[in-house]
Amino acid sequence: MKKILAVDDSASMRQMVGFTLKTAGFEVTEACNGDEALTQAKSQDYDLVISDVNMPVMDGITLIRNLRTLPNYKFTPLLMLTTESGSDKKQEGRSAGATGWIVKPFNPDQLLATVNKVLR
Amino acid sequence: MEIDLSQFSQVFFEESLEGLESMESELLKLDIAAPDPEAINTIFRAAHSIKGGSATFSFTQVANYTHLLETLLDEIRDGRREMTSHHQDILLLSVDLLRNMLDAVMHQQTFDDPMLSELEQKFAAELNQVHSPEQTPNEPETPELTTWQITFKAGTDILRYGNDPLLMFNELNLCGELGVELLPQEIPDFTQYDPEACYLTWSLTLTTDQPLSRLKEAFEWVEDECEIDYQAHTQESATPPTEAEAPSEPVSQTDTPNKAASPVKPSVVSNKNQDAGSIRVSIEKIDLLINMVGELVITQAMLGQIGQQEEMTPESFITMKQGLEQLASHTRDLQESVMQIRMLPISFAFNRFPRLVRDIGQQLGKQVELILKGEDTELDKTVMEKIVDPMVHLVRNSLDHGLETPEVRRQKGKPETGTLTLNAFHQGGNIIIEIIDDGAGLNTQKILDKARAKGLIGSDEELSEEAIHQLIFKPGFSTAETVSDLSGRGVGMDVVLRNIHELNGTIELKSTQDKGSRFTIRLPLTLAILDGQLVRIGRHTYVVPLVAIHESLEVPTAHINRLSEEHEVVRLRDEYLPVLKVYEAFNHEADAKQIKDGLVMVVDANNDKVGLLVDELLSQQQVVIKSLEDNYSKVPGISGATILGDGTVALIIDIAGLVGLAGINSTQEHAA
Repeated sequence: MKKILAVDDSASMRQMVGFTLKTAGFEVTEACNGDEALTQAKSQDYDLVISDVNMPVMDGITLIRNLRTLPNYKFTPLLMLTTESGSDKKQEGRSAGATGWIVKPFNPDQLLATVNKVLR
Repeated sequence: MEIDLSQFSQVFFEESLEGLESMESELLKLDIAAPDPEAINTIFRAAHSIKGGSATFSFTQVANYTHLLETLLDEIRDGRREMTSHHQDILLLSVDLLRNMLDAVMHQQTFDDPMLSELEQKFAAELNQVHSPEQTPNEPETPELTTWQITFKAGTDILRYGNDPLLMFNELNLCGELGVELLPQEIPDFTQYDPEACYLTWSLTLTTDQPLSRLKEAFEWVEDECEIDYQAHTQESATPPTEAEAPSEPVSQTDTPNKAASPVKPSVVSNKNQDAGSIRVSIEKIDLLINMVGELVITQAMLGQIGQQEEMTPESFITMKQGLEQLASHTRDLQESVMQIRMLPISFAFNRFPRLVRDIGQQLGKQVELILKGEDTELDKTVMEKIVDPMVHLVRNSLDHGLETPEVRRQKGKPETGTLTLNAFHQGGNIIIEIIDDGAGLNTQKILDKARAKGLIGSDEELSEEAIHQLIFKPGFSTAETVSDLSGRGVGMDVVLRNIHELNGTIELKSTQDKGSRFTIRLPLTLAILDGQLVRIGRHTYVVPLVAIHESLEVPTAHINRLSEEHEVVRLRDEYLPVLKVYEAFNHEADAKQIKDGLVMVVDANNDKVGLLVDELLSQQQVVIKSLEDNYSKVPGISGATILGDGTVALIIDIAGLVGLAGINSTQEHAA
């Protein structure tokens, strides 16, 4: 079973992402911010990390930059959840090492389509 | 896959309301001249999260409105715009508006507050643009089959970002028929070859009816790093349609409006979770509980073992006693930890006051500094919810009647800015909340005149200063000469008093003219457990809330006076107290039918003192309150019941209710 780490400071988004992916048969771990996610990612190897950008403690871009320095996450797909207003964040995320992005708002089907795209 | 999003909406509402709260408190703390970037970021993040969530759950109205906030805050955050007090004002108003909006969504109502368009216009003026709902660019469909020749030169770093050309080709393959050919390329010399880099170029041939934008989607994440060239060969026509000039067929014309209209559909929220009160508990508290349950299980196993023995030996008897002691200690700890779950810091209640004080201060033209102390003091969630309204009332009162305007204060030689302090602390199983102002204090003469005019006291009656202060708690009393917009909304201090009594609490008032007033509210930490004094009357055991008891004493006959057939008073130091015979009120037998034969327990009833005649004082203990209303029906004079250690039921006396039942007028206080 593929393991996914879902990172968002908003509980409802985390639940929605978590529930959608679990229902689709993925193993999902949730984290509330970049710092928590980084600790999780070090303790276990994930096949995909989906992270919100704007979060307290450690934002998503810093998380991605940090993950890319870990040997086990060199080629792992790392996706950002961005909003249209944060389009400049895409560039910032890309230079930090993000694989791609999912634009908010998205529905469960769109999320799954994107996840399947990178994990197929 | 069909996923019902409404199951997450309850969490969304909760976190959004929390977000609004932190937004509000950060806005209030904000120093406009030099705003703290972290504070701005917190405010932005709250708006951003609410927008993201509401868009996901199709609460379009909330999403559109928070988009305005987000845009403004984003510009402030990036330094493209300077924060002004006007921004602060419209953002604070937005917090209120969003609360109402969320409330409407939560209850599936339409929200049409005129404030919405008013604020939208203010934002539009500020952002220098007319707000229109976001529209996704219409995607004209091109149903014709096109053969695309795509040259894809991968960026050398794409593998390092976790991208994989193969996945992109898979994506394209879903759009139509795909042919892939690797073009001969200059692959660097082995000595310069980086095994993690990508040096390849492909030529792709795709025959599809999908538009170019759909094809571009496959490369969306890499288009900046890679060289991608699209050449179209339409099979019907020779000119390749581009995104902009693609012919729009009648089919797509009718399709598009439908798509645009769909988000406007009212969102359906599931009813079942609504208003179901929930509480967030830290994992630490839960772990503690689990730990204690573990201890309990061990003790139970230990006692169980003894129970299985054929005979009781002196050793096993000692072990059993130890086991029972452990059980008692664990049960007590468990009880405390379970109570802890319902405990929240009082800052949840205090948080609303900075805003309230700011708004009312502005409205009244008074300068007020609000000081909050003891915000970490914890109390039961239900108690907190019920104490907020009385507190709001007292704070409004202090601002309206207590604190003076800057000129008056200057004349009195006080600093122009008045202070209002909210203080909370624990004291012996109770929480004390103080509301202190350094304003004018109560004007005893004015109160006295008013009370006489209203017939609350006799025209020649002399009262102690303390007794005069108590008059403001009487029903139908209002000191404001004109009923102002703020206080005096028909809700008097008597309601505050009643609310506090309903929580088994008390309120005291100390006031000095021109120095200020101090209201002290004393409340039990929880509504589930009561510190009680057990008393016996005849065959019955009653529980009297300990917080209400002043003292208990035997009264010599010389100090007992009969006022009328049913009313007797006793003299206690310089006061005369009415005595209520509990056995009469509840209509049963008692050992002590005369005051001289029993004990008089002096208790608080509506901030006056009353004596209760009881036979005997038993132990003091914590009792678990069981509702009578849930199990039987409401009984006047009784607030609930509890089960004692020996299994008998004891009724808990509601003193104020009992006084009402006995028809005693408890304002018999006389200054000697």
